[in-house]
Amino acid sequence: MNINKIPALLRRAQLIEGIRRFFVQQGYLEVETPILLPTIAPEIHIEPHVSGRFFLQTSPELCMKRMLAGGHTRIYQIARCFRRGERGRLHLPEFTMLEWYRVDADYFDLMEECEDLFLYLLGSLGLEQIISYGGHTITLEKSWERITVAEAFLRFSPISMADALAAGSFDEILVQYLEPHLGMRAPTFLYDYPASLASLARTKEDDPSVAERFEVYVAGIEMANGFSELTDATEQRRRFEQERESIRSQGRDPGMLPEKFLHDLSGMPDAAGIALGVDRLVMLFIGSTCIDEVVSFTPEEL
Amino acid sequence: MYTASDLRKGLKVQIDGEPYIVTEFVFSKPGKGQALYRTKLRNMLSGNQLERTYRSVDKFEPAALSERTMQFLYSQGDEYHFMDVKNYEQIIIKEDQLSEAKSFLIDNMEVQILLFGERAIGVTPPNFVVLKVAKSEPWAKGDTSGSDSKPVTLETGYVIQVPPFIEEGDRLQVDTRTGTYVTRVK
Repeated sequence: MNINKIPALLRRAQLIEGIRRFFVQQGYLEVETPILLPTIAPEIHIEPHVSGRFFLQTSPELCMKRMLAGGHTRIYQIARCFRRGERGRLHLPEFTMLEWYRVDADYFDLMEECEDLFLYLLGSLGLEQIISYGGHTITLEKSWERITVAEAFLRFSPISMADALAAGSFDEILVQYLEPHLGMRAPTFLYDYPASLASLARTKEDDPSVAERFEVYVAGIEMANGFSELTDATEQRRRFEQERESIRSQGRDPGMLPEKFLHDLSGMPDAAGIALGVDRLVMLFIGSTCIDEVVSFTPEEL
Repeated sequence: MYTASDLRKGLKVQIDGEPYIVTEFVFSKPGKGQALYRTKLRNMLSGNQLERTYRSVDKFEPAALSERTMQFLYSQGDEYHFMDVKNYEQIIIKEDQLSEAKSFLIDNMEVQILLFGERAIGVTPPNFVVLKVAKSEPWAKGDTSGSDSKPVTLETGYVIQVPPFIEEGDRLQVDTRTGTYVTRVK
């Protein structure tokens, strides 16, 4: 291992320690769920690694929701996740995700808790609430910026969100025109995504075209993705079937439906959940612009 | 065929019938969104830059390039003459197609000629070449600038930074990939 990585890996360990302390204080239980899974949530843009007759988890989401259905109310997990073909300055095919779930909460509650977590971590490491990253000075004091996806398109994109969706260029516009503006002075919550882009999230009561989903951006980098969870098992099955159809049309095998998850979902209370990239969190805290610098080994070094 | 996930800096692909080299490459993937491969490419014939964003489903032909070892014979005006020593076939390459290579070419040097189809589009000299210093200002002993290098002109006209002890007539090993001085050759 490269000796220059020692300070980064020290910071990484301190951050993970801080995360655990924060969640203990908030009354969360740390859980572990299986990594080898016979079925996973079908997601068109996430390709799983296969191991024998199992999939390596792409996220611990389904098992953690089943735990909520089983009576847990506040749980968190620091989990290794696996996604094929994802490799870049911000991506590793094997990465570390922090996920937490809270019963009787919605996505706005989790936005606040996300602010609290970042501020707690800065405090516990003795860092200022104003950080410098990638040439930007970013203040993490409460409250962070909040902007809906539709507003962000109006402000930064040459075309509207509806037109981008119709043209199939939502992702391209998001990456090229929106992300460079998000989280530059303060972290930004980009929220209220088109329902079609949030297959596990609840839609808004007064506008079913929009899902209660948000992303946290800091310095143009996506740090976390959260939502109010969909608890309607029939609707969830319908959306999974839709995703499976899209996966088939790509020539991939969508696998079996996660039937036990769908069964338990009907007994799951209202809840919200969020997944945060731990590697990217470390990058932000040490001012690193490449994910390679915050892990002990990259796949290429093995 | 390449797919988008094969894209990386230096990959050579064919777009609309012309060879391109990837000069910049960024992988991005917005949350729950699709993988995007944001790419800058340079046309290997015209030098024009192209910016394109590809998706995982996109496929590419490898650029129809081949390499051939040839000997540099001589230059006349802006025309550089090369010969295949196996069959004595000769080709001419214009100066503007040579780019950095012309700084390192001396008579009888073996080089790699890059061909697109039948057309020569580039010349790669050996990684290390030995060139004579054609012109060097004598080292001013009283120089107090503290500088540990000085410019000299090589026999090809190329100006290079070298240590102060190098003199006119010295033969130098040069790294053609970086254009920098390596060592003096006895």
